[in-house]
Amino acid sequence: MTYLAKPKFRHPELPRNALGFTRRDYEGSVSTLCAGCGHDSISAAIIQACYELALPPHRIAKLSGIGCSSKTPTYFLGSSHGFNSVHGRMPSVLTGANMANRDLIYLGVSGDGDSASIGLGQFAHAIRRAVNMTYIVENNGVYGLTKGQFSATSDKGSKSKKGVVNSDEPIDMIGMALQLGATYVGRSFSGDKAQLVPLIKGALLHPGAAFIDCVSPCVAFNNHEGSTKSFDYVRAHNEAVNFLDVITPRAEITTDYAPGEMVDVRQHDGSIIRLKKVAEDYDPTDRIKVMNFLQEQQAKGEVVTGLLFVDPEPQDLHGALATVTAPLNELGDGDLCPGAAEIDKINAGLR
Amino acid sequence: MKPTDISVPDYFHKVVDCQWACPAHTPVPEYIRLIAARRFGDAYMINWKSNVFPGVLGRTCDRPCEPACRRGRVEKEPVAICRLKRVAADYKGDIRDRLPQPAPQKNGKRVALIGAGPASLTVARDLLPLGYHVTIYEQDPFAGGMIRTQIPKFRLPEEVIDEEVGYILGLEPELRLGKKIDSLKSVLDEGYDAVFVGCGAPRGRDLDIPGRKAAAAHIHVGIDWLSSVSFGHVTSIGKRVIVLGGGNTAMDCCRSARRLGGESVQVVVRSGFEEMKASPWEKEDAMHEGIPIHNFLVPKSVQHDGGKLKAMVFEKVKPEYDAKGRRNLVPTGEPDVVLECDDVLVAVGQENAFPWIERDLGIAFDKWDMPVVDPVTLQSSRPDVLFGGDAAFGPKNIIWAVAHGHDAAVSIDKLCNGEDTRLRPAPDFSLISQKMGIHEWSYDNQISNDLRFKVPLRDTKEALSSIKLEVELGFDDKLAYEEAERCLNCDVQTVFTTNLCIECDACVDICPMDCITFTPDGEEAELRERLMAPAKNLTQDLYVADGLKTGRLMVKDEDVCLHCGLCAERCPTGAWDMRKSLIEMTHAGPQCRA
Ligand SMILES: Cc1cc2nc3c(=O)[nH]c(=O)nc-3n(C[C@H](O)[C@H](O)[C@H](O)COP(=O)(O)OP(=O)(O)OC[C@H]3O[C@@H](n4cnc5c(N)ncnc54)[C@H](O)[C@@H]3O)c2cc1C
Ligand SMILES: Cc1ncc(C[n+]2csc(CCOP(=O)(O)OP(=O)(O)O)c2C)c(N)n1
Ligand code: SF4
Ligand code: SF4
Ligand code: SF4
Ligand SMILES: [Mg+2]
Repeated sequence: MTYLAKPKFRHPELPRNALGFTRRDYEGSVSTLCAGCGHDSISAAIIQACYELALPPHRIAKLSGIGCSSKTPTYFLGSSHGFNSVHGRMPSVLTGANMANRDLIYLGVSGDGDSASIGLGQFAHAIRRAVNMTYIVENNGVYGLTKGQFSATSDKGSKSKKGVVNSDEPIDMIGMALQLGATYVGRSFSGDKAQLVPLIKGALLHPGAAFIDCVSPCVAFNNHEGSTKSFDYVRAHNEAVNFLDVITPRAEITTDYAPGEMVDVRQHDGSIIRLKKVAEDYDPTDRIKVMNFLQEQQAKGEVVTGLLFVDPEPQDLHGALATVTAPLNELGDGDLCPGAAEIDKINAGLR
Repeated sequence: MKPTDISVPDYFHKVVDCQWACPAHTPVPEYIRLIAARRFGDAYMINWKSNVFPGVLGRTCDRPCEPACRRGRVEKEPVAICRLKRVAADYKGDIRDRLPQPAPQKNGKRVALIGAGPASLTVARDLLPLGYHVTIYEQDPFAGGMIRTQIPKFRLPEEVIDEEVGYILGLEPELRLGKKIDSLKSVLDEGYDAVFVGCGAPRGRDLDIPGRKAAAAHIHVGIDWLSSVSFGHVTSIGKRVIVLGGGNTAMDCCRSARRLGGESVQVVVRSGFEEMKASPWEKEDAMHEGIPIHNFLVPKSVQHDGGKLKAMVFEKVKPEYDAKGRRNLVPTGEPDVVLECDDVLVAVGQENAFPWIERDLGIAFDKWDMPVVDPVTLQSSRPDVLFGGDAAFGPKNIIWAVAHGHDAAVSIDKLCNGEDTRLRPAPDFSLISQKMGIHEWSYDNQISNDLRFKVPLRDTKEALSSIKLEVELGFDDKLAYEEAERCLNCDVQTVFTTNLCIECDACVDICPMDCITFTPDGEEAELRERLMAPAKNLTQDLYVADGLKTGRLMVKDEDVCLHCGLCAERCPTGAWDMRKSLIEMTHAGPQCRA
């Protein structure tokens, strides 16, 4: 960490987005995490993504649980809404908030401990209920905040900093998310912003449950030989299935790929996710094939990254419940109370 | 791109923009930190070593360092480098025991200096402690050159000149004051090992327009008039004064005239306001004293009544640019402007004149009748005759005169030791880590958001009451501290060690100025476009390191780095370190020799 606030000065050539903000306007207070922590790079990627999408900061709600990862919302989007919940409960609090005000953009930030141990049930239910959100797990394979115990995503056979071998099976959060019906699923690496930033942008625009597992090395406790969440291991085993570009309805299309090399996935709001294929025959819209492929690669020790699955026509919780389009927290007594005559009618129907 | 070789002193020297721009390469941030630490004497000595006249320059320097200052690129204005120098001089206390002593033993070599201006005095200061016998010939009855005869006392008090010229005279040169040289041959005949010509550019340009000669009694050449004011020969001027010219001499003339009885003093300039040669602050100071500046007026004639000056007539012009972008001043066709006046001061330029140098001494002169001088060694085509200051390449300023003095002294020292003067000594260079703890540095890395502080001025009415009262009061210690804190410590360098870097991006993410990028290799021009922020300032280098595990390059654009050290604080492995580069020019003496 540093004791100094980041200086106010910024690069004089720093561009502004459609709202007139620079990237610096999406920052939060200066991070207190360990120097070099992967989580800080993810914060930088979130800042970049929100800046590029020109999201109004006051329309974003960032929610988290407990852990180094869950501390990070303080370090980005300083002008957005925030809720730091208890350990593992972020998905439930987010679900409630989303129910009450469907108009905000929900960004859940969690850790592998927060989501795969104590919060596993909360995670599972938020996904299966298809809450419209971006759910990022900053996955370092350890409980960073409590000094580096193995977490539930630690690979079997990987070594702790002191040399202890992990004997437990890891929880595969991507596999679970796919199984439970997430409609946008991606994996990335904190050390690869070129991939991570568009992945977050796509998730923020996705009108359903978007889940991102982002491998994020813990430099203090899990960046050694024998770890499968270290910079070196992930760089050596990173297998990207695609590169993506997110094109908002307004933006011009600038990236040029030879035909056949790319697939466009048009989302509901008109935005396009343009995927440059790397793996032959990889179809990110076929849930079953994707699950099989991931299982095979995982068995080989590969870390498959990219936009792994996307459903261009997602459903979300509000759709399933057929709630009104106005946010519930804005409905007044007049909207909510049907009046005595109507109630009498209902009561009569029940007799 | 080729990786940067940071062992070449010039690389980090260039990052210290102010020091690089200073002709004498004064270690600016080093002395500014010493001021902040209230070590005024130490700050003074750093200056004294580099620029010889800190008290004088702290009030008068042309400050090429300030337009170069990085602070001016990240906010509105540069650090007040020059006026902080004055703070060091004002608060230093007694430093006499830290000055060199006259050489106990002479080395048998004799050097003559012609003129006792800042150029010659610098040569004297550098050579005397080495044991040279130095003879200074000066036509005036005192040493100092134009510092004493031209710069008005309300900008530069006499005591400051006395003190700093005195430090050099304390080294005991042989002073021949009141001795005008009218034959260089006669000097050479005395068998000196080397002769340095530091006679300045003494001739003021005149006007050649109808009526000029007839009304001569009240039309004065600016620099002659200013020296007469300095000597006390002139103590008054008419109520209505016109000053012709747009340079610093014109500004000194008009401000002096305001103090000697001029009630309506106006400056008239041929060119536009922006193109005027005077420094922006000199123009500001003049206008602050109620002196209007009229632009685009070309002197046409002098109106007089049987020799008694009445008025000056000016033609109105406007700038027009030809296909090559050259500016021409063309008449607008509007009626002439007539300004009534009692006196006119002509400050339209200054020239060299060498009537006293015989042309058969082996010293080549060019078609403008200027000596041919090597810009590095300052030698003429006759190796034992050197030129420096305004005499070498035409009128410049004090700090260039000092820089020439140092360079000439090195040449003389090498010459007298039978060495090749073209082989110049490298500067003394050190690079030392400033790390004191995990988040602690031996310099204050917190960036001040303050805008430039103004130097307090004497009340204008009081200031105008005397030709000798210094207008600027100088920063007090509190203002000095706050201004010093604006300095970005550009000499505390970001130094990258490739094999420590794990490419975690922490430095990229924290850098407030988007200086750092990890990116695939490419040609410089193309690479500059795809950095975190485009590197459009081509005068600023890219710091490039290769050998990273991913095969990418680390590219740092030096342009707007705040030297805040956050990259180094954030780096988990110490791949970035903040190291202070101290670069000191090598002056004459054993260290300059092979
Ligand atoms: C009005 C005015 C204001 C200025 N203000 C500033 C300012 O604010 N800041 C700044 O940096 N610069 C200023 N300058 C410029 C600065 O004064 C000169 O650039 C600087 O003094 C040059 O130094 P020098 O040693 O080359 O020569 P000079 O200072 O000109 O000294 C030359 C000396 O040689 C003597 N000399 C000449 N010929 C002979 C001879 N034949 N025999 C014996 N002695 C001789 C002269 O009497 C003089 O003392 C100003 C100049 C003028 C005219
Ligand atoms: C209810 C409860 N149980 C246990 C803890 C202790 N605790 C704090 S953080 C943490 C693990 C966090 O791990 P993870 O989510 O992976 O975050 P990281 O620090 O690794 O980013 C635990 C177990 C707690 N704060 N609250
Ligand atoms: S302990 Fe690990 S996860 Fe927590 S801040 Fe430090 S490096 Fe990051
Ligand atoms: S010192 Fe480092 S963090 Fe600070 S501006 Fe320079 S490169 Fe950026
Ligand atoms: S913070 Fe240090 S280790 Fe990380 S990328 Fe920068 S220089 Fe490399
Ligand atoms: Mg963790």
